[in-house]
Amino acid sequence: MSVPARAAALLAAVAAVVGLGVFVAVYYIGSQSTSLPTVRYTASGGQVNVVLQEDPQNNSSSKPDWVSYYVQDPATRQWVHTTLFSVPKDTRVNVTIYGYDGCTPLRNNYWSQVQGTLGGTVSVQQFKKAGKPLGPARNVSVINSWATCSVAHTFAVPSLGLFVPVASPPISLQNNLCGTSPCTPSSGPYSLEKFSFMAPDHGGVWRWQCLIPCGGGYLDGNSGPMQTLGYMMGEMQVVS
Amino acid sequence: MAAAQNLPAPGPQGHGRAEPRHGLRLFLMWLPMSVAAVAAIWFAWYPHLPPGRMSDAAAGQQFDIAVLSVTAAPVVIGVLLYFVYAIVVWRARPGDDSDGPPIHGHTRIQVWWVLITSAIVMWAFAFGTYELVVPAGAGSGEGPVPIWKLTGTTTPAWAPGTHDMLQVQVIGQQWVWTYRFPQFGGMETTRLDLPEGMPVEFHVTSLDVIHSFWAYQLGVKADANPGVDDVAYATPKQYGSFTVRCNELCGIWHGAMYNYGRVVSPAAFETWAAGVESKERSDGLLAALPPYALVYDPTVIPQLGKQFTKVAGITGANGYYYPGPQAGTTHGDPVSP
Repeated sequence: MSVPARAAALLAAVAAVVGLGVFVAVYYIGSQSTSLPTVRYTASGGQVNVVLQEDPQNNSSSKPDWVSYYVQDPATRQWVHTTLFSVPKDTRVNVTIYGYDGCTPLRNNYWSQVQGTLGGTVSVQQFKKAGKPLGPARNVSVINSWATCSVAHTFAVPSLGLFVPVASPPISLQNNLCGTSPCTPSSGPYSLEKFSFMAPDHGGVWRWQCLIPCGGGYLDGNSGPMQTLGYMMGEMQVVS
Repeated sequence: MAAAQNLPAPGPQGHGRAEPRHGLRLFLMWLPMSVAAVAAIWFAWYPHLPPGRMSDAAAGQQFDIAVLSVTAAPVVIGVLLYFVYAIVVWRARPGDDSDGPPIHGHTRIQVWWVLITSAIVMWAFAFGTYELVVPAGAGSGEGPVPIWKLTGTTTPAWAPGTHDMLQVQVIGQQWVWTYRFPQFGGMETTRLDLPEGMPVEFHVTSLDVIHSFWAYQLGVKADANPGVDDVAYATPKQYGSFTVRCNELCGIWHGAMYNYGRVVSPAAFETWAAGVESKERSDGLLAALPPYALVYDPTVIPQLGKQFTKVAGITGANGYYYPGPQAGTTHGDPVSP
């Protein structure tokens, strides 16, 4: 085989290997990013209402025992198993989170502090079940995860400086948590948490995550749902 | 250079004319090129080299890079020049199938070669060692027992205008950095402000996996390992903002694990730090934080004095719960601020 022919064969082999790698990467990344729907919220009067819930499990077929967030579709009021949502830029985002999962101590109790919300507080109310509050809603700036094991997860957008601990139902009720997702207020004890923050004044994608080590079955609880879109981490898309 | 010095009698192309002095030619080309490169590096490149001069550690690294570049440039130019010269001058002409000249070595050149290369290597070794030792580790993590310490007074309380060493604990967690200031009540923040002109002692650790604290413009880089106190030093020298990144692949959002810090005046720093301490104290956060320690075991709740454990059969929250309801809690207790 001549030198040019050998060089051509070598180049073709390299191109084939590189091409295969790129295809696999694109296919994998594409399958990861396109399988999740994005729930789109539109503003009304300069405000947008985002509704989430976090459950002890989920209704997927592959990882049903992973803890997970859900996002409520504003049009149908149906819960969507995703962690991708979009909000308009420069609007007040009012967030409501239903907390159905039990508590886990924060790895760093610093995250017990509410940061980045309007007013620096969240409104927290716990329920035994629908219509049976365990007390009035209270505005708090700290939910001490280590005091009574009262935090289940967090909702954090680090690049916005937004860190919100999400309260769990009281520990005395946590043997009766919701067992089927998506949960409803009648399916078990829960907490109801409300807070607001301002969306950035420009478009982009902001990562949000949970800072509780809630990846059951993984080293230090750090993997699994903690690092998977659609479960305990997500993206907030800010649109023009 | 051996080939240049040991050329045999002129070959077929050289009939009738003397062999030029290749060594002199090369030297006369190498000298101005090296001088120009050294001047360009020192006067044009050096002031703009990363990581800048925001701290003594950063300025030291910039100086080191410049000095080593100045050292390396003449060597690189010499090698490349000889390579190009050989290709141009000593290439085989068309039709020349004769063998190359037999070379049997040249003692004087070999001695010089060994001496010069040894001198360069020993210089790099001595310079590098000095530059690591003298500026207290050059901004790198030295582990829990640092050998090279920055000069400063370690005091329980820090004050501007003194020579107090500011203690800053850097805590890595997937995927956020936080900072604790033991001289300000152990308050913790997501923002890293530092006082200009005052020595800082970083204590870097992690609560989960391996991270690496990299305050780029400060020239500080230290591994953040769980259960390990990694100490690094720097003295901020310029006002401005700097970037803190994680420099150790630590999970899917490793690339997003960054935030920013600022170098401010000592008085402004004290005002800020005291303000954060006051707010965290009034909010109850300081009492909720674990007592300041060089490392933390995240599975131990110091205030409760016990570990939480995994309970079989509980799927929520990773299955981890405290061992039974907490003392003093009753059905329906509200969350505790």
